[in-house]
Amino acid sequence: MGRQRAPRQFPFTLAILTALVTLFMLIPMALSMTAGLVNNYSKGLASGLTTRWLEQVWEGYGDTILWSLTIASLCALITIVVGVPCAYALARTRSRWARLFEELLTLPVAVPGLATGLALILVYGQFRSFRQSFLFILVGHIVFTLPFVVRTVSSAFANRELITLEEAARTLGAGFTRRLLGVLIPAVMPAIIASALMVFTLSVGEFNLTWMLHTPLTRTLPVGLADSYASMRIEVGSAYTLIFFIVVLPLLWALQAIANEVQKRYGT
Amino acid sequence: MELERTSVQIVQCAKTYSDGTQGLLPSSLDVYPGEVLALLGPSGCGKTTLLRLIAGLETVDQGGIIRFGTQEVTNVPVERRQIGMVFQHYALFPQMTVQANIGYGLRIKGVTEQQLKQTVGELIDLVQLKGLEHKRPAELSGGQRQRVALARAVAVRPKVLLLDEPLTALDAKLKVTLRDELAELLRRLGITTIHVTHDQQEALAIADRLAVMRKGKIIQVGEGEALYRHPKHMFVAEFLGRINRLQRTPEDILNHTVTIAQVTVPCPQGPWPELFVRPEDIELRPYDLQQAAAIITQRSFLGDRIHYRLEVIGQAGLTAEAHRDSPYLLGDRVSFAIAPEHFMPCENDQ
Repeated sequence: MGRQRAPRQFPFTLAILTALVTLFMLIPMALSMTAGLVNNYSKGLASGLTTRWLEQVWEGYGDTILWSLTIASLCALITIVVGVPCAYALARTRSRWARLFEELLTLPVAVPGLATGLALILVYGQFRSFRQSFLFILVGHIVFTLPFVVRTVSSAFANRELITLEEAARTLGAGFTRRLLGVLIPAVMPAIIASALMVFTLSVGEFNLTWMLHTPLTRTLPVGLADSYASMRIEVGSAYTLIFFIVVLPLLWALQAIANEVQKRYGT
Repeated sequence: MELERTSVQIVQCAKTYSDGTQGLLPSSLDVYPGEVLALLGPSGCGKTTLLRLIAGLETVDQGGIIRFGTQEVTNVPVERRQIGMVFQHYALFPQMTVQANIGYGLRIKGVTEQQLKQTVGELIDLVQLKGLEHKRPAELSGGQRQRVALARAVAVRPKVLLLDEPLTALDAKLKVTLRDELAELLRRLGITTIHVTHDQQEALAIADRLAVMRKGKIIQVGEGEALYRHPKHMFVAEFLGRINRLQRTPEDILNHTVTIAQVTVPCPQGPWPELFVRPEDIELRPYDLQQAAAIITQRSFLGDRIHYRLEVIGQAGLTAEAHRDSPYLLGDRVSFAIAPEHFMPCENDQ
């Protein structure tokens, strides 16, 4: 006979543990952000609050924010346009080569970004204007994020029910383009939105690949952040972090809200 | 809505899948214009494969020919084959309304907006979905979805209508109602229909003719009643209903008789080593020394009828079915008779 115990929804000890872990993770963030608002970090709040670090960051690195968002948006767009047809092809092909290709495609996720960056530089570095433009970073980001789109969307395409839906559309006379636009894409829309969001987020935060690919004139937000940490006062770096949060968080929340809305519309 | 009546001719069609399995052995079948033909058989018998070959969703092995009327369609892709198909789980487009689902094929055909509206309206009336035009499939019941799927399939005036287990996704009670409704609707449309099912009741209720399949082969084709009464093959007899097996001795075969419970009775001529008889054809009578006798070892009351298990000398146990008011009880000694025309000689290669 086992002891009878009233089942508890959420044990007290677990609540404490959760709170501790949350604090452990939130405190550094909060501290780092407040550091960007005080006159002197070593003296703390006593030195008084200021926005001068924020202004300095905005002046020195403002363009990196814009470039980061531009690259992330383009990256999401291009990976979807390239990745969705690729995902469809992989989902409908049974051959061994298709499986091999899928494995190869995921390599850039596993291979350290530095190595991917170096490879890109070795091959394309001699094309000066390409090397010195933001396009170079964009290409790197696409290589790195494409697998996420292909994997996610391809498994959505492979859904048994969707295969039947496509067959139904075919029996009604729908050719490939019409099926793709009218039946298949709406059905995998939640997966497309989810992976686009993922790509955008990955691209905004991507550092180690970008660090290899950037030039003094082409810098994204995380590269600028590293630069400010390395070369400026700690208050400036912290202010930069603060700006990152102010710009990126609302944007991510907004995108997530849109994604949820789409999910509701297309979900079955 | 009256639809075209096209015949379907299948000549020596086989299907070998890429992994080498034979989904269908070379088979031929004629479907008459306007009739409802059921492909009936257990899972894995090739009925769905045959349906998908007719639809054009699978390609026929070299040598097979499919004709719709006089037109050969063997190599016509599914998009241009002019078929309508109802899938097992309906495969309705989830993000489209009932109206948009039904009109999907028409829109592809490029009919005018007014024509589209009119045809869809007619179909919605026909399948009794008035008031649900703007609902999405997820908001409909199983029966309603099935009707949307049917309306969508016939909207484009296909030459042939293909039904892939259209009632399996429904619960048992609803199934019977919808079965009769579907049968009625198909008669009204008058369209040549091929209906795949594993449920013999469904096939008998809906189809004009049945093609019974087993292991990739069509075993027998005919009207349901004829198949039930005179199956050529034991598999057909067993699949369409219940059967008893009666063993015959060499003398029996020589004398055109069969011996049950030490009573020898005449039966159809032929070298059959065994005969089959349906439980409802075993007529129970009060015990009488002159007739074959048995002891009731099991009695199950099934509502509309009673199911008896009989122990008989010289044969394996028999099952008999009688009217629900049949007076015999467990342990009773009874006599029984089988009318000679009810003995079914069948091929048996099992």
